[in-house]
Amino acid sequence: MSENQTNPIREAISEAISEHETILFMKGTPEAPACGFSARTVAMLQSLQAPFAAVDILPDPRIRQELSAISNWPTIPQLFHKGELIGGCDIVTEMYESGELAEALELEARDAEAIEPEPIVTHSNGFTPIQNRLS
Amino acid sequence: MPSAEEIRQRIEAAIPGARAEVEDYTGGGDHFRATVVAAAFAGRSRIEQHKLVYDVFGAEIGGPIHALSLKTEAAQAQADATSGAANV
Repeated sequence: MSENQTNPIREAISEAISEHETILFMKGTPEAPACGFSARTVAMLQSLQAPFAAVDILPDPRIRQELSAISNWPTIPQLFHKGELIGGCDIVTEMYESGELAEALELEARDAEAIEPEPIVTHSNGFTPIQNRLS
Repeated sequence: MPSAEEIRQRIEAAIPGARAEVEDYTGGGDHFRATVVAAAFAGRSRIEQHKLVYDVFGAEIGGPIHALSLKTEAAQAQADATSGAANV
């Protein structure tokens, strides 16, 4: 990805993916999801008490374009853990139902170590750096 | 705007040996749910399986096809699929 032309939105998205252990790109925010698939994905993460950052892709169409170019995945939401795409709503649902989601997000290991649950990080963390580069 | 039947045919034509069931779950012609069973999925992760199906439609996903909800499964063997069909 060493393009000569700088692409600030793509860079901001890549940074957000690498900086947050678990990050969800969604329509709307965890508090006010704007799409049923995003709402369901948030609900599953919350029911596992998984800490995650969230980015609202709706304010600028370029966020979705660049995200899909990076992930090679056409739909929203998209859940990443440690820089890897876990999946969209369908895959997250299957993994949630089978118990694989908690495993993939390493939630059991964290519980075993009795680490205090981190607060859920919302859009302010993941989204702001991207929004700042839009103008 | 594609119909559920058209989406089914396109998936089956594009992925060798695939069998698909597609429903238009809002009736509006833009939200579809598909279950796809294919031998081509064997040995691939869920992400890779879903990508194979999404690739059939390219930019139509998120455009005319607002949502294509997927459930994919690797076919065990060709023989199983045919004997299953014969029993019906």
